[in-house]
Parts: sequence; C-alpha cells; structure tokens
Amino acid sequence: MKLIFEKSQPGRRGGELPRYDVPLAKVPAELQRQVPPRLPELAEPEIVRHFTELSTRNFGIDTGFYPLGSCTMKYNPRVNERLAMLPGFRDLHPCQDEDAIQGALELMWRLQEELIEVSGLDACSLQPAAGSQGELTGLMLMRAYFADRGEADQRDTIITADTAHGTNPASVTMAGYKLAKVETDARGNVDVANLRELVNERTAGLMLTNPSTLGLFDEHIEEIAQIFHEVGALLYYDGANLNAVCGISRPGDMGFDIVHINLHKTFSQPHGGGGPGGGPIVVRDNLEPFLPVPAVVKDGERFRLDHDRPKSIGKVRGFTGPFGVFVRSYAYMRSYGPRLREMSETAVLNANYLLALLREAYDLPYDRLAMHEFVLSARSLKREHGISALDVAKRLMDYGFHPPTIYFPLVVPEALMIEPTETEAKETLDEFADAMLAIAREAKENPEVLRDAPHGRPVRRLDEVLAAKRAIVKYGFEEHPDLGNEPATPRQLEAQKGA
Amino acid sequence: MLAAIGVSSVEELFRDIPAGVRFGRELDLEPPLSEQELTRHLGELAARNVDTSKELSFLGAGIYDHYVPAVVDTVLQRGELLTAYTPYQPEMSQGVLQAIFEYQTVICELTGMDVSNASGYDGTTVAADACYMAKHATGRTKVVVTEATSPQVRQVVKTYAPGFGLEIVEVPHRGGITDPDELRRAATDAACVIFQQPNFFGCLEPAPDLAAAANDAEAIAIAHVDPISLGVLEAPGAYGCGLAIGEGQSAGNYQSFAGPHYGFLAARSEFIRRMPGRIVGETLDAAGERGYVLTLQTREQHIRREKATSNITTNQTLLALAGLVHLSWLGPQGLRELGETCMSLAEYAKSGLMAAGLELVFPERATFKEFAVHTGRSARDATRAARERGVHPGYALGRDYEGLDDALLVAVTERRTPADIDRLVAALAS
Repeated sequence: MKLIFEKSQPGRRGGELPRYDVPLAKVPAELQRQVPPRLPELAEPEIVRHFTELSTRNFGIDTGFYPLGSCTMKYNPRVNERLAMLPGFRDLHPCQDEDAIQGALELMWRLQEELIEVSGLDACSLQPAAGSQGELTGLMLMRAYFADRGEADQRDTIITADTAHGTNPASVTMAGYKLAKVETDARGNVDVANLRELVNERTAGLMLTNPSTLGLFDEHIEEIAQIFHEVGALLYYDGANLNAVCGISRPGDMGFDIVHINLHKTFSQPHGGGGPGGGPIVVRDNLEPFLPVPAVVKDGERFRLDHDRPKSIGKVRGFTGPFGVFVRSYAYMRSYGPRLREMSETAVLNANYLLALLREAYDLPYDRLAMHEFVLSARSLKREHGISALDVAKRLMDYGFHPPTIYFPLVVPEALMIEPTETEAKETLDEFADAMLAIAREAKENPEVLRDAPHGRPVRRLDEVLAAKRAIVKYGFEEHPDLGNEPATPRQLEAQKGA
Repeated sequence: MLAAIGVSSVEELFRDIPAGVRFGRELDLEPPLSEQELTRHLGELAARNVDTSKELSFLGAGIYDHYVPAVVDTVLQRGELLTAYTPYQPEMSQGVLQAIFEYQTVICELTGMDVSNASGYDGTTVAADACYMAKHATGRTKVVVTEATSPQVRQVVKTYAPGFGLEIVEVPHRGGITDPDELRRAATDAACVIFQQPNFFGCLEPAPDLAAAANDAEAIAIAHVDPISLGVLEAPGAYGCGLAIGEGQSAGNYQSFAGPHYGFLAARSEFIRRMPGRIVGETLDAAGERGYVLTLQTREQHIRREKATSNITTNQTLLALAGLVHLSWLGPQGLRELGETCMSLAEYAKSGLMAAGLELVFPERATFKEFAVHTGRSARDATRAARERGVHPGYALGRDYEGLDDALLVAVTERRTPADIDRLVAALAS
C-alpha cells in the first residue's frame, strides 16, 4: 500500500485552526525556517482511511491469540481506556499545585501500596517508564547503596543468568558494571555450583527472573539468596514473569531486595505496537532512601510529592512517570483485588494445559511443570525435515495466530516460547494446539508449505538482510531509492523475535 | 484441563515452588470491584483533580495544553494497532511498521536529520540516550548542558551520568540565553553539547551560533527542540547539529499528568549504527512487493546483549503514532500557522502584562510560546491570588533558578483565546 506521503496533494489539509484577532508575530529572520517540512497533505477522510487501512494490515490481541512468550499479551479491559481518558486525568498538568492533584497522587499512592503488597517489599517508585528502565534504575540504586556504605569501588560485578532477557546484560553495561554470567543446570535452574564460583566480595548483585525465561520456578531460590546476602550483595528481581506468581510467591519473600514490575505485562496495558509500558520498582526498606525523586507520600489525609531525599539517585524520567499507565494498571488490579492469585493460577493452568497438548509433537528441553509459559524446541523438525522455528512461526500466521517468541531463551536451540496468559479460553488453546500439531505433520508431509509461509498475510516473507544492507529508514520523496520489484529471496535471521 | 496435564489440583501445578517461599495468606488488597464500581471509584479520584478544563491554565515547562484533534483518538482506538506489541514478526505487523516508518520520516523532516528511531520514553531520557551515543562516537567523557535547558532533562542526564562514566558541566545563561563564546570554551574536549531551542525560559537561543561553538570543539551539537515550533523555527539539521532530540508530547498527546508521552531522537546518518531503540527499514517480500521490518537490530539488546547501544525494549510507539496523526492532520501549512498562532498569542500576553505594569524577566529576548514575567511578589503568592480567580498563571521559576523567586514561566498555546489572556493579565495585575 502507499505511504501517507505518496497520497499527499499540495495544499490539502486535515483541519483548520482558530484565527484570533491579534497581531502576527514573526520569528527573527536568522532563526526562521527556510524550507518547510514535507509533512503529509491530506483531508481528514483520507487520513482516517490511511490509518484504518494500516490497522487492517496489523494483528493485535483484539484480532486473535498472541502467545508471544515473556510479553504477557493478555486482553486489555476497555474500561481502562475510558478511565485513562477522564478529563480529570487526561487534562491534568504535572506542575499543578498539590491541592489540585490530590486525586492523581492518591491513585499513585494506592498503586504503590498494591505493588508493595504483591512484591512483599517495603517501598515503591513508579517513575521508570518501562521494564528495562526499571532494571537500570535498580542497578543505579545498588550503586548508590554501596557508595553509601563505602563499597562502591569494591563491588563492580553483576551476575546474570544465561537465560536472561537481553535487557539484563545491556542494563549492566549502561550502569557501569562488569558482567558475569551463570549457567543453567540440567533441570533448568541456576547452576548453584557455578554460581558459588562466581560470587565473591566484588559482587554487587544478581539479576534474576523467577520463574525464569524457561517458564520454570528456580527450586534453589532460597539457597541462591543466601549465597548473595552472605557476601553483602543484593538480589534484583526482573519482574517480567510476575504474572505466574501473584499471591502465590512474593519476590521479597524469595529474598530479592529490588523488583521491577512490568505494568504492561502483569497488570495489563494495551502494548500499543511496542509501548507505552511502565516499570515501577519496589525495594526493601534499606534501599528506600535512594529511590528516585519525587516520592509520592501520604501525610494524614493528604498526599504530597516529597523532593527532600538527600540520598536519592535523582530522576530517571520527567516528572512522576507515565501516569496514564498507572490509571490503567490500578484499575486492573482493583478489578481483581486478592483474586490476583486466581489470575496467576489460571495463567499457569492455561500454560500447562497447552504444554500437555503439544509435548509429543515438539521437543521439550526441560520436562517439568511449567509456570505461566513454557519453551519447546523445533530441533527435531529441523534435523529431520529442515524446518526451523522460524518456519513454524510463519506457518502459524496462516492458521490465524500470532507466533510465539522464537530463538529465545538462547540456551534452547530452535526455541518456541509460548505464553497463553489467563485471558484465553480453553477453546482458543485447543485451536492453537490443533494448528501446532497440524504444522508438525506438515513438516513431514509437505515441508515446502512451511518454508514459503505465510501465504495469507498482506505481505509474503520479508527480506531482513536486504533491509539492513540498504538501511532505507525514511521516505526519500523524489529521491527515494528504488529496491526494484524482483521477487526477493527472503532472508530472515534465525535470531530472537519476541521477549 | 487438570486431567490432560496429569495433576489433581491447581495447587499441584505449583509444586516446584519451595515451601519456604510460598505465600501463606491471602493478599491484603481491597475487594474486587465490578466495572461499574471501578468507574465510580476512579471517577471520584479524577474529580479531586483540578484539570485544565476547570482552571484556565498557563502552565507549560515542558508539558503543553495543545489541541488534540479527534482523528488522533479515532486512530488510537483501532484495536489492531492498540493491542499489538513490538513488530518482531513483520508479516503480522505491516500496519505498525509502516506507521513507524512514516513517523521516522516526519521526525526527520521536522528536524532536518537522516535517521530517527521509533521513539524513546520521553524528552528527558532521549537526552541521556544522546549522551551515551556521543560518548561512544567521540571517546570523550564530558557532556556540556546549558543551564537554560529544562531542569527535568538536566536532572535525568545527571542521574544516568555515573553509570555512563560521564562528567556533566553546566553553562549558565546570560540574560535568558546562552553565550556562544562561553559555550565554546566549555565545549573543549566535550563529547557533546546539549542546548534547548526554544529554551526552558521560552527564549530563542542563537542556535546556529551554539551549534557552531560545539562543532568548533569537535563536540556533537545536540538540539532539544519542540516539534510544534519546527514549522517556524529552523531545523537543527540546517544549522549543523549532529542530533536532534525532544519531548513529543506537544504533538498529539494529552498532558495526562506527564505521561505516557514519547521522546524523539534523530541523527545524521553517520550515527545510524549507534542509535538506541527500534528502527524500521524498507525492504521487499518474496513476491517483490515493498514492505517494512525492524532493522539494524544488531545494535539492540535482544541481539547484542551487553554490547548493545541501549537497553530499551518497550518504547512509546502508540504515543508516537498519535504524533504522526496530529502532524499529518496539520500538514506543513497547519504546523506553520500553529507556531505563528502560539507565538502571536504569547506576544499579545506579553504586551498585556507589560501594559498592566508587570515586567518581563528577559525583555530583550525573542520568545516562542512561553516567556518569564516578574510578578512583583513571590510567585507562590501571585499563583494563589490568580487561582482564586480561576487562573493558573504559570510555572514558578524559583523552583529551579536562584534569584527568580518572583518569576512565573507563562505558556500560551492555541487553546488560549485573547479573552483568556485578558483574564490572565487581570489575575496577575490584581
């Protein structure tokens, strides 16, 4: 389909602005724009049709099942969208006086309290804008904590698991720490013997997802926490998989000192084609003084922003964080209350049910009960029929499903990481399982149909290698480069897609 | 379902969790609410706020009350776009991918740059991202930021600096703008120089001279810009900047108590492989048809891990889409008119306040949609008095700048009419 710029007609516009009877002001000549930006020029009906057509070429949770592992693609209750658009929230400026923002501060304070209870820790900051920023904030807290204890130079290393999300090692580097990687044992737990070799007085902390990205709860978590606390190091909980354990096991009780919570995963945000998200962090009381400013606090019946935190790391985002995200997640949590436990139970039930239906047709690298997600492997399909996890993913599209996360975690070859969430009905899981089983049969009987998939999407398989080589990252108008229209050999990297 | 799994109870599904870390009680949370009860509860919380529909607001300081056309809401409600995630699987995601490609094009057109990412968290974090890029591009560890850059931006850059191994140097303003010679001296051995145009006081910096000062020191010139100003103000790419960054909120996003919004980050092509975050590129499919994919992913955390250019994963695509729709609705003509309207209304407000006997803080300076005014008393008292008349007159500059305790930063958008401005003048003159 055409780009919006290719539909543009000179002089056309979407709408008019008010005209006020005031003298026209002009920018000083030396600062004036010389060449106008080539923004699209379309009437409003054409704009609506353009974006409606784009939407028909996209697949969301509203379209169908979206088991993208580790992304917790649950249904987003529509009431939350309506609530975030209440004028008292939508049209509120962050620099209003405190008496004018009492409702907003109360909502934030209440959300903090709920996250504290779910985490089993003591204090919360809602400021980080996403999980990865929560991670980085957590590492900044570690740095500040150890500096305060005079151990900043001594503790220079963070340990992550080889199953970790890529954000963990990336955050470690951005926080100025060295990275050490601990291996996974044969049951899919952290290899405790390997861990003991790595942990010493130079260790600042551990970053761990539990349940792990394999969808397995670490059976040695108490021992792991003890190993770190014995040397005075801290434990960071990557909350990406919190949807498995709300009301069942709390990170604070497992021994973690800092947690980030992906509001857009566990507590339902519409994901928006990539965001927005929210990455609040919750910490043990010894880390509270270092949390970002301002803190949202309650004084008697009033709520206020506390900027007077001399040990604070500072600010990691503007003002007090992505408020509209807080409205949606607070509403989501309040709709469950203590029944958040049932939310997690259903997520785990759905995952194990789907695993039971699929385990004979695909390789299962770690044969244990799953938590909220599980990881299969297409290794045998690859070896016996030359069909990769990528081919399976593409063929699922023809059956009307979004593919799972593939090629992650890295410790599983040809990984298919499947997370159904609690908002899917049994019938949907059955239909998805039927499709996966049919694809496994097709791999034997008709592998070409998989290699050429998808067949029923608006585009055929796309060439990622060509895209990276040519790096056409904006429309070039009259000088737009021509890629030709010869059928491409679609080269897609057999590399992580998802999580 | 339990039978298929081979367990007898839901409880048994959790048998791998050691007994010592199982949660032994019910979560101490308030009881569940039905949708109707939820609507009532959050409605009550919202009603405790004084939003800009209840009080005539001249607050800005980085978040602005611009008009959001209905078409933005309409597009954002499309479930196929709203409820998708990062377009890892391009055949399922051509809608979002093409929208991001169009957004990148619009940001490049506005800023005069060659490449834009798919969005950052907000206008503060993209500044930190830009510093990280500059450090690795130059091998230098000093960052120069003008004092007339948003305090929020400066605070976030300072928070990130220790982890990045950066030293932050601030250059004071001189009468509301930055002195290029002073900036040039500070820029020696710097990785980059960040300035804001229009700056935090609303004043127009001698931006080409500031960029030249940075370039003279071989530091990367980084302009932090307001997208709504770029129909009338020159594009950073046209005056020598290496990067252009900014808060996108004023294009397409509601104030929403400061989020979620989007930050934009655009650069000259030489920096393309140091860019943080998602980038969409054009390609062909197996039938030779044009299509779009996430590209240059070897920069990113999920491929490159500890060697990535950033840890960003979830970004602000939906808010960036809102920006694309708003800017498409305006078009080049509308964007220029919007800039002129804001600027003209701000001039009208300045004239009215001066006629009423108030003094501007920086009377010599040209401004865009925001300006600083002395209230003749503490800004707090002036605000209290004005709010009794239903007007929030602006942002108290004394929060961030010494010696400006009596000054307010007044923001005027196209949503304020001349009659509204007359009310502001009356409220501050009283």
